[in-house]
Amino acid sequence: MKLITAIVKPYRLDEVKTALQEMGVNGLTVSEASGYGRQRGHTEVYRGAEYQVDLVPKVRIEVVVDDADSEAVIEAIVKAAQTGKIGDGKVWALPVETVVRVRTGERGPDAL
Amino acid sequence: MTTVTLAAPLAAPLAAKGIDTGDTAWLLAATALVLLMTPGLALFYGGMVRTKSVLNMLMMSFVSIALVTVVWLAAGYTLAFGDDAFGGLIGNLDHLGMAGIGPDSVQGTVPTVLFATFQLTFAIITAALISGAVADRAKFGAWLVFVPVWALLVYVPVTHWVWGPGGWIVSDLGALDYAGGLPVEITSGASGLALCLVLGPRLGFKKDAMRPHNLPMVVLGAGLLWFGWFGFNAGSALGANGMAAAVFLNTLAAGCTGLLGWLFVEQRRDGHPTTLGAASGAVAGLVAITPSCGSVSLLGALVIGLAAGVVCSYAVSWKFRLNYDDSLDVVGVHLVGGIIGTVLIGVFAVESMTGGPEGLLHGGGLGQLGRQLVAVVAVGAYAFLVTYGVGRLIDRLLGFRADEEHEHTGLDLTVHAETAYDHGVLGHGAPVTASVPSISSTQKAKA
Repeated sequence: MKLITAIVKPYRLDEVKTALQEMGVNGLTVSEASGYGRQRGHTEVYRGAEYQVDLVPKVRIEVVVDDADSEAVIEAIVKAAQTGKIGDGKVWALPVETVVRVRTGERGPDAL
Repeated sequence: MTTVTLAAPLAAPLAAKGIDTGDTAWLLAATALVLLMTPGLALFYGGMVRTKSVLNMLMMSFVSIALVTVVWLAAGYTLAFGDDAFGGLIGNLDHLGMAGIGPDSVQGTVPTVLFATFQLTFAIITAALISGAVADRAKFGAWLVFVPVWALLVYVPVTHWVWGPGGWIVSDLGALDYAGGLPVEITSGASGLALCLVLGPRLGFKKDAMRPHNLPMVVLGAGLLWFGWFGFNAGSALGANGMAAAVFLNTLAAGCTGLLGWLFVEQRRDGHPTTLGAASGAVAGLVAITPSCGSVSLLGALVIGLAAGVVCSYAVSWKFRLNYDDSLDVVGVHLVGGIIGTVLIGVFAVESMTGGPEGLLHGGGLGQLGRQLVAVVAVGAYAFLVTYGVGRLIDRLLGFRADEEHEHTGLDLTVHAETAYDHGVLGHGAPVTASVPSISSTQKAKA
């Protein structure tokens, strides 16, 4: 199994969600995140004083999938989140040792 | 119908003693309007601080209502508006605890009780204004001591000089101040400067981003201030008459040009017209028209508001160069705006409004300008020096600066045991275990 983590622009969340639903991914976790990459931040002005805001708001999407589905899911996320402009985000995958469904105690791919 | 005919004979004896019902009705409404300015100021200031100390900011204004009311009724009113006791400097103690003032007492055409209450609302907001200079870092207990002492030692004498019977600024010097450029704006601004020097800058001043946390709240506060300002200025006519109407219009006009002036500078200098700039500009224009609303023409009001909007939009950045942390710009808006409005009376005063004195532009020469300058310097210096002394004394006796850890955590949680906003499922700053309601140990002990 793989844990796929995607950091994307907040307004692309709906597209990513829809794309994953269409390919049968049954669950995901979303959290608000902030950070910066090449995009850096922006400048705000209050009473003439400039504030450099380094951290840009993003959403972090996490989904655990079977090894076989991993590449297709990553591709779907990238396609749905892509705008071609700076700040589109990152997607990465990590191996997952085990998964337990809390309600039933099922383990492994059955718990997905 | 029956109630009307029954009520009329009861009202008649009071009206017969020189009380004008129209004037009284307007002043009653104006008094309530001015009182609303202090909660308005609380929102104006509260939106400008960070989330961790917004409740403390609101509280500093809110408790001023209670504290100043008590000292004003006890001694403030008689020291400010009692007959002159000494050289135009201070009133006598004849009305200590409002002694000798009943429902029949008359001041001009309104009940004295109402006049005293109207003046009280001015004292309240002036004290509250100072809190903006020491946002996020004042010890709350020290503020509770500072406000009544400051009201008696600074606000009350200056008010006597300007509006009290025989006060030296108006009676001897002949300077003009219609609604409080000297007692309210310059006094609060100079006191704010003194107090922020006593406390020192906020932790992280000029280093951390201290962004306003809620600009809609700032705009709501500015709107309430503007609304209340009609009571402040037009109420100062102490009657429902043509003068009140002219002052009302001047107040509206100057707020508008102040707003436009500030936005104009921002667009040229920073490239963006900001919401905070619009709110600040309107307030700057209103500050400047406060002393001058009763002595200048509509054209004068438009120019004075514009001047304040433009100059104050630059004045708010002086603190970064000169290293005083006047956190919410009490100096940049109220001291600078108050000086502009008070001094420009010497330029724009017209006889049709003042009933005599004229400014430079209307053939009055430099005389009035000089008198206005002397008043500004005297009041500014007095307020700064006495406030600095009071601040240092309180700092030595009680400590005026909050503990460093409290300041880092935020005064809302450390002083008031509250947080303004629930930022998520785990709460904001509060320990997770506190999310389960439990009976506090003191309540348990009683049970």
